[in-house]
Amino acid sequence: MATTRTPAKPSLLVSWLGWRRFRQVQGIGYAVPVAVYVVVLFVMPLLLVGRMSLSDWQLLTGDRGVNFPRDFTSFSTNTLFWPAVVFTIEYTILVTILLIGLGLGLALVVQESGRWVGFLRTSFLLPGAIGLATASLLAWGFYSPSIGPISPPLEQLGLINSPIQFLGTSLSSLLSTTLLIVWKYSGFYMLILLVGLQSISPEVLEAAALDGAGRWQIFRYITLPLLRPSLALSLILCITGSLLAFDQFYILTKGGPDNTTITVVQLIYREAFQRTNLGTAAALSIMVLAVLLVLNVFQFRGLRFGRAG
Amino acid sequence: MRSNGLTRTPYYVLTGGLAILFLFPLLWSAVASVSGQPGTAQASGYGFGNYSTLFNYGAGLGQYILNSTIVSVLTVGLTLSVSLLGGYAFAAFAFPGRDALFLLTLAILMVPYATLLIPLYVVLKDLGLQDSLVGLSLVLALFQLPFATFMMRISFEAVPRELEESALVDGCGSFGVLRRILLPAVRPGIITVGLFAFLAAWNDFIAPLILISDSTKQPLPLAIATLRQQTMGVIDYGATEAGVVVLAAPCLVAFLLLQRHYVRGFMSGAIKG
Repeated sequence: MATTRTPAKPSLLVSWLGWRRFRQVQGIGYAVPVAVYVVVLFVMPLLLVGRMSLSDWQLLTGDRGVNFPRDFTSFSTNTLFWPAVVFTIEYTILVTILLIGLGLGLALVVQESGRWVGFLRTSFLLPGAIGLATASLLAWGFYSPSIGPISPPLEQLGLINSPIQFLGTSLSSLLSTTLLIVWKYSGFYMLILLVGLQSISPEVLEAAALDGAGRWQIFRYITLPLLRPSLALSLILCITGSLLAFDQFYILTKGGPDNTTITVVQLIYREAFQRTNLGTAAALSIMVLAVLLVLNVFQFRGLRFGRAG
Repeated sequence: MRSNGLTRTPYYVLTGGLAILFLFPLLWSAVASVSGQPGTAQASGYGFGNYSTLFNYGAGLGQYILNSTIVSVLTVGLTLSVSLLGGYAFAAFAFPGRDALFLLTLAILMVPYATLLIPLYVVLKDLGLQDSLVGLSLVLALFQLPFATFMMRISFEAVPRELEESALVDGCGSFGVLRRILLPAVRPGIITVGLFAFLAAWNDFIAPLILISDSTKQPLPLAIATLRQQTMGVIDYGATEAGVVVLAAPCLVAFLLLQRHYVRGFMSGAIKG
């Protein structure tokens, strides 16, 4: 909104352009850095990835002409493609259920204020402050049979004969990685859901209690429906984040054992920098982008509906 | 809620146990980094053997910390300057294309990291910024822009308009208004944006993995992950956990000092949803 009052001493430029126009020019001036940034490093790369997906584009040789639709169809012969898709979806479902469930539980625990609750909130949030790669490296030692804090003491006590193989099988790798993610991120979701919980007016809950509603009934029929926007936001963030999982599997399981824990983003990385085919990597990226856009449209619709209702 | 000490005891035990579960891995990694372990530099007893392994690894711990510091400072600086000016433009001025540009900036959030990193690898090469910490910082700041610009815009919008207008009437230029009047008023927003940009830049793994191939230019997370892979055969868990401590310490300190600003960042995000 341009202000209507003019400064005491209008400059030459102001009297020439007029105050309104002058403010417009100024606004554009302040917006130039962000505009240049977004065009050069976001819009151009986005157009480029589209072009790459239509071309035979190798890491070392660059663009070698259009080859549509071969970059897209090449995945029918890639034996890792469907297992990676299935694994990523399994991981996403597992992580989303656990993170939202635990996040909600923690948010209910730390609703009141006070010193003890403040300490609890900080404790739950602290793992979220370190990086995902850092947490994955930490977990890598934590799960190791030699220095981890779980297997060696149990062995010494004679409770187990051989170390627990946290990353030994496909299933144990999935569960161990999920545990790492739940540890690192449940504080985030606690915080988002806590914001939602605190926006529910206490009068509503008191009225329900006066009407004789039990604790569970209040939670089920009042708290949960009113929490819907926060829950929907958590869902969007959690599903998107999990579908794009990379660091934790790259560092912790390295995709193993036997390539059973490869995620879709790992597949993109492999295509681009190990098989040096930027064209197929770009095609895969475009497919991921399309899936996420569709998912986000649906989820935003859910979010809006939740708000209206 | 009415309660006495006796009925509250199970609550304290349960929640205290939960807090310990969350804190335990962090404490464990600190202890493991200094405790003795056959096959590591700290063969027995307690000491800093693992840290000296880390100091002498590759280009040296100092180099990797320097790399990460350069990337963090550049990313925070870029994010703050671009989002500060942009946020001011979006909040205080009316100009054609304003809403479209703002939405386009937010749209960066919708595009997966990996989708952009593949073409950015090529774009940076064309700009002569391949394998450079400046190029890496440009990319890391890009992914901070949606949150940062949004945060700065709402911070500027929260400042009373009269404050800005009276300064303009007094003959202060728009940049003078920004510097003398608005900057102090949006300080909390600046701290929040800076904190998030620092945490992201210090910790990012996939962007340097793709964009940096010169091993002396690796930021710390990449260097620690590589250290672990290079010592195949004899896996040096001790040095890895020492690396985890070096990586985690600045983040934990920043978080504990600025927790209020961290939480506010989430609140604004949650309200936006």
